[in-house]
Amino acid sequence: MFKGNFINNLPKIYGTYTGGFIVFIILMAIGEQAGMSAKVIGICFVAFTVLIYALIGYLSRTIQVDAYYLAGRQVPTVFNGMATAADWMSGASFVAMAGGIYFKGYGYMALLVGWTGGYVLVASLLAPYLRKFGCYTVPDFIGTRYGGNLARLSAVIVLTVASFTYVTAQINATGTIASVALDIPFNIAVYVGLASILMCSMLGGMRAVTWTQVAQYIVLIIAYLIPVFWISNKMGAGVFPHLMLADEVARIAELEAQFGLGSVKNSAADLKQVPKGLSGITKAHAEVNTTPWKFISLAVCMMAGTASLPHVMMRYFTTPSVKAARRSVGWSLFFIFLLYSSAPMLATLSKLSLMDPNLATGIIGKSISEVQAIDWYQNWNQANLMFVSDFNGNGTLELNEFFMGGKAVVLATPEIAGLPYVISGLVAAGGMAAAMSTADGLVLAISNALSHDIYYKMINPKAETAKRLLIARILLVLIGFAGATIAALEIQGILGSVIWAFDFAMSGLFFPLVLGVWWKRANAQGAVAGMLGGLVAGTAYLIAVRSGYPGFLDITQLTFGIVGSVVSLVLMIVVSLATKAPDAATQKMVDEVRVPSGKAILGRQH
Amino acid sequence: MSKQAQHWEKTRGLLFVTLAIWFVFSIGIFLFGAEMEASSIKPFGYPLSYYMTCQGSLGIFVILIFWFAGRQEKIDEEFGFSEREDD
Repeated sequence: MFKGNFINNLPKIYGTYTGGFIVFIILMAIGEQAGMSAKVIGICFVAFTVLIYALIGYLSRTIQVDAYYLAGRQVPTVFNGMATAADWMSGASFVAMAGGIYFKGYGYMALLVGWTGGYVLVASLLAPYLRKFGCYTVPDFIGTRYGGNLARLSAVIVLTVASFTYVTAQINATGTIASVALDIPFNIAVYVGLASILMCSMLGGMRAVTWTQVAQYIVLIIAYLIPVFWISNKMGAGVFPHLMLADEVARIAELEAQFGLGSVKNSAADLKQVPKGLSGITKAHAEVNTTPWKFISLAVCMMAGTASLPHVMMRYFTTPSVKAARRSVGWSLFFIFLLYSSAPMLATLSKLSLMDPNLATGIIGKSISEVQAIDWYQNWNQANLMFVSDFNGNGTLELNEFFMGGKAVVLATPEIAGLPYVISGLVAAGGMAAAMSTADGLVLAISNALSHDIYYKMINPKAETAKRLLIARILLVLIGFAGATIAALEIQGILGSVIWAFDFAMSGLFFPLVLGVWWKRANAQGAVAGMLGGLVAGTAYLIAVRSGYPGFLDITQLTFGIVGSVVSLVLMIVVSLATKAPDAATQKMVDEVRVPSGKAILGRQH
Repeated sequence: MSKQAQHWEKTRGLLFVTLAIWFVFSIGIFLFGAEMEASSIKPFGYPLSYYMTCQGSLGIFVILIFWFAGRQEKIDEEFGFSEREDD
């Protein structure tokens, strides 16, 4: 069907794929009209897309080391941008972020700024230089730049802590969606999610993950944008919501005042009845409702975390050149921007659908019994994601008597706004794609670090290719299972654990990576002290705050990375200066990293 | 000064400019959240604080990265450090 080599045919292949997916959506819509049940549509969407990813994963199988670790270093700029965007946008971005904005307003929009601004740091401080280095993994860079197994091992430890925290959240998200869409219990759904994740990555490593991530990006962006545009047009809010929702934002402020937001408070006894994890609207939608420092500290942590998370950084190792790596960061952020700029719009539309008494979908101000009889309310109430209760006994639903889970904002809004069920199925498939793509990147980052840096570089440098790849695959499965087992325990919400992962990565890796390129004097002792000291300080602060310590400078459990990274920076500078400067060979290596031309420091096969 | 040192000096200069712009739109303006909200500048009718968090700063970052990449390519070319196509 396609002549010529695979890379040149990519636009055609993914064009056909996108067309096929749209045809599938239309078929489902026709099926719905013909009487297909909601459950069957949900199952079809999730099963069909997951099977496609598995097929791509199978077709990308490989026995080459550089294909397994680097996708053969031939991923074109724009496609790497899409793959990075999918790798990056996790269940937290897709499922939880609009919810966070819905409940917390301006204060949580710091996440939008942080999760995009970080890419400026990636592009200018790190990605092109690490690409020039030619490393397989992030610890590979640390180990070679600073020299010594201790530095390498420290980097692997930080990477594992951060990525593992992150991956449990993603497996949790795949489990949640699989359990709702396929109608199976959560603790089984978690393993169904895991199996799909492993199918995409096990046979082809980075190569398979790259091509499935591109496919997953296409699904997730379609699934996020269609409802936003559809609801906006249906409501008459504007053809192009991103530029036209100002009146709706103002209307929400009006309604908030009318319904007594902030003045009517629930008593502690009332709140006890609300199921765990659900919350009501307590913060204004668009007002500045937080101090500048709270906003900025959260944004800073997310930005520095972005620049230190290994699963993102390693995507830029797969481009054909340093120049392509730089441009690819721009494309990544562009594709991320498409979704992130839509999240506040979705939160606005969702809130207005529920609140405005002039809309047919509005429920605030209706009688409680009427709301309890609505189909979607019953479904989501059963899934433990929605709750109403007549606290003041007046028979009508007040703003402070309606509670929703963060995940429901994205997953339930199409139904609330009265869109056909096929859109809800599509959104479930999108959420699954987002969570799977990130989980794949993370599991691969951890298992590659363990197989390449620990096994091959430290334990058995003479291992043959076949053995190395076998070990890599075994580790992949083991880590996946460990992640799923912990995910099944549900310790922390999705958004919370993702934010922690950023703080861990920032605590231990940000300065050792940046100074590795930008400060020649940095040496191994300094880097080890920086990585371990930063990680320990950050973790200690997190534990202290969790167990009741009030903390200082308003640094919370969401921003503990500030403590970790400052400790890391100070230790790294002090210890580096107190010990011997790196030898001439290392200094020369840093010089070479700083120019794009010439050979990579580490060859294709190493 | 060697060619490489000059190249690095220019690269560092570009980094500082890029980071300065980044700082303004990721941190600087959010020191003035309340002032932005009260401002009479309303892009597309949104309050300025709301607009910058959900579109303004994000869009500026996208443009900034492409601009940075273009400038850096020029610097690399100027000193003959660009990669050959077949690399």
